[in-house]
Amino acid sequence: MESIKMFQILKKRELNPQVSLMEIYAPYVAKKALAGQFIILRVDDEGERIPLTIADYDREKQTITIIYQKVGYTTYHLDELQEGDCLHDFVGPLGKASEFEGIKKACVIGGGLGVAIAYPQAKALYEAGAEVDFIVGFRNKDLIILEDEFQNACTDLKIMTDDGSNGNKGFVTNALKEKLEAGVMYDTVIAIGPLRMMQAVANMTKEYNIKTIVSMNSIMIDGTGMCGGCRLTVGGKTKFACVDGPDFDAHEVDFEEAISRAEMYKEEEQLSMEKHMCHMIKKGGF
Amino acid sequence: MAFNLSLTKLPMPTQDPQERIKNLKEVSTGYTVEMAQEEAQRCLNCKNPRCVEGCPVNVHIPEFIEQIKLGNFKEANAIIKQTNALPAICGRVCPQESQCESKCVRGIKGEPVGIGRLERFVADYAMEHKEGPAEKVPTNGHKVAVVGSGPSGLTCAKDLAMKGYEVTVFEALHTAGGVLVYGIPEFRLPKELVKKEIETIQEMGVKIVTNRVIGKSITIDELMEEEGYEAVYVASGAGLPKWQGIEGENLLGVYSANEFLTRINLMKAYKFPEYATPVRVGKAAAIIGGGNVAMDAARCAKRMGAEDTYIIYRRGLEEMPAREEEIHHAMEEGIIFKFLTNPTKIVGNDKKRVTGIECISMQLGEPDASGRRRPVPIEGSEEIIPVDSVIVAIGNNPNPLIPQSTPDLAIQKWGGIITDENGKTNLEGVYAGGDAVTGAATVILAMGAGKKAAASIDEYLKNK
Repeated sequence: MESIKMFQILKKRELNPQVSLMEIYAPYVAKKALAGQFIILRVDDEGERIPLTIADYDREKQTITIIYQKVGYTTYHLDELQEGDCLHDFVGPLGKASEFEGIKKACVIGGGLGVAIAYPQAKALYEAGAEVDFIVGFRNKDLIILEDEFQNACTDLKIMTDDGSNGNKGFVTNALKEKLEAGVMYDTVIAIGPLRMMQAVANMTKEYNIKTIVSMNSIMIDGTGMCGGCRLTVGGKTKFACVDGPDFDAHEVDFEEAISRAEMYKEEEQLSMEKHMCHMIKKGGF
Repeated sequence: MAFNLSLTKLPMPTQDPQERIKNLKEVSTGYTVEMAQEEAQRCLNCKNPRCVEGCPVNVHIPEFIEQIKLGNFKEANAIIKQTNALPAICGRVCPQESQCESKCVRGIKGEPVGIGRLERFVADYAMEHKEGPAEKVPTNGHKVAVVGSGPSGLTCAKDLAMKGYEVTVFEALHTAGGVLVYGIPEFRLPKELVKKEIETIQEMGVKIVTNRVIGKSITIDELMEEEGYEAVYVASGAGLPKWQGIEGENLLGVYSANEFLTRINLMKAYKFPEYATPVRVGKAAAIIGGGNVAMDAARCAKRMGAEDTYIIYRRGLEEMPAREEEIHHAMEEGIIFKFLTNPTKIVGNDKKRVTGIECISMQLGEPDASGRRRPVPIEGSEEIIPVDSVIVAIGNNPNPLIPQSTPDLAIQKWGGIITDENGKTNLEGVYAGGDAVTGAATVILAMGAGKKAAASIDEYLKNK
């Protein structure tokens, strides 16, 4: 039997054409990982360091599950790797684990790739005995992922699609509004997904005065409290997503600033993607 | 043998400033054999060498210089290596003018001996003429963990390995070297050279594990209780960058020096898009601060294409903490120094990108606690300098991860780990040093702390 190598991809599964899952052998990360924490990886020696939330962990198999959406150069490049290949670097668990203590009835909301990140939160809460409403949103029914896993991680699952192709038309906020207007009382709402979505949820729950937690996936390099690139303003103070977060009180986060900071390298990302396309054409991939 | 009576150091050959701002190659190209021997003749081989006292790791300076005079360069290297784990690095980045060279008797009338330049020559020579791997001392069976592979951690590891300890160095980043690889730029300290110095330490038996964050992947308690390390040296270095707290610090294009330098040096953003990490400098850049890190950031910005690069410093040239040589090189490269100037606000456009930095002129008032005259703003003197990026180089706090995950470890209010003069913390078997203890300082001071800690760890384990 071949021995398992450090940071080897033991399993790869395409969840939809844009989103895939990988199980990575990383004993020192798997031993300590908790819901809400993240890892940083590099695909190769020229690669950038990107943070990804820990979607799941297996202490016995010593693996970490990551779920990524192909949105830019690095995630496309990552997706070229197959089972048996190794990542160049993989470090974690980073950030503070989510705090679930005292939560009895929660609404966990995931949008876009955020559903993959919201899933371990829902699961952890549900397994801890909380009542969990899980609201997830996708653009259309073909993009729906992990439905069975989601079912098993909550009391009630609601899947929304932007185009209504699964019969539930609307955004996650529509579903949340419906619940709140029907008088459902949550002690906590957890929202994970695109910044605009988290902002919309925060605005809504503020009216109802419900404690709301968001997970901030800022641009960062080291992820260990050194570079300061992941800073954001929370309650008027500068905080660092890597060591103070990634979870923050949604009603205190300056979303407009976070949204602008996420756009920092938009043009450079375009350039990188062009490079990736050239590389794929040379490889005969298209 | 006749002494060289020249009152000045033999100048260090350098790349032409106009050329070097277009490349990342080393600025100072180093002495030749002839130049080294000529400069070595300036050393009087004092009976009571004060230079050695000025060195934080007490390199046997006159002895190694004697060997240069005789042409025994490898012997010279062996003498340096007795006390200094990283001579090729120290020869380049130590502030010799305030350490060994400040004590040199030749400096009383004229310039001191170019000790740093000679150290660099010897280390480079030895590296170029290296035969086989470095010697490994038989193990004594005791395991020691070092947290952080920067200058302090490497020095401690090397000293312990020389005494037979089995040392493992844990590094959070993907490359070993700490500030030597993420902070100090290529043109001042080539990364290939750092790699070679580290390889030599590995040949001596030191194990280096990258991608392992102590405090996250594993705690100090677990290292000692589960993994069998009998002592731990914490050299986790610089932490979160300090900010001035002025308006606009979170605009796009404002970097901490840590982030800016890490993008360029560790992640090689200067080769973007071949390397995937970008950095955006624009046509004009302002660097806030007056230390070596500010000089490094400014000279990097220049090389990344900034036509106008400003150093904004609230005091005057005299008070600037950066090394003379760095200031001199930066000036040669056309960096614009705005002395007695303090930023009051960073301004941006509707897309929240930096467009300028508003500054106020200062004048020097009464001396403050540091003995330097305190700068006082001149009301109404605000002006806006148009820039595309701002790099804040006013220091950093110690890394928070170890204190966060080691609840009983005693720390200062500002986050530094508390130790005695030998690097011992309040926890048995746990030692600390370098920036994690002192806050931002120099490579050589961090090395000195690593050296001291190695001696106290040895003492502790022998008597345990």
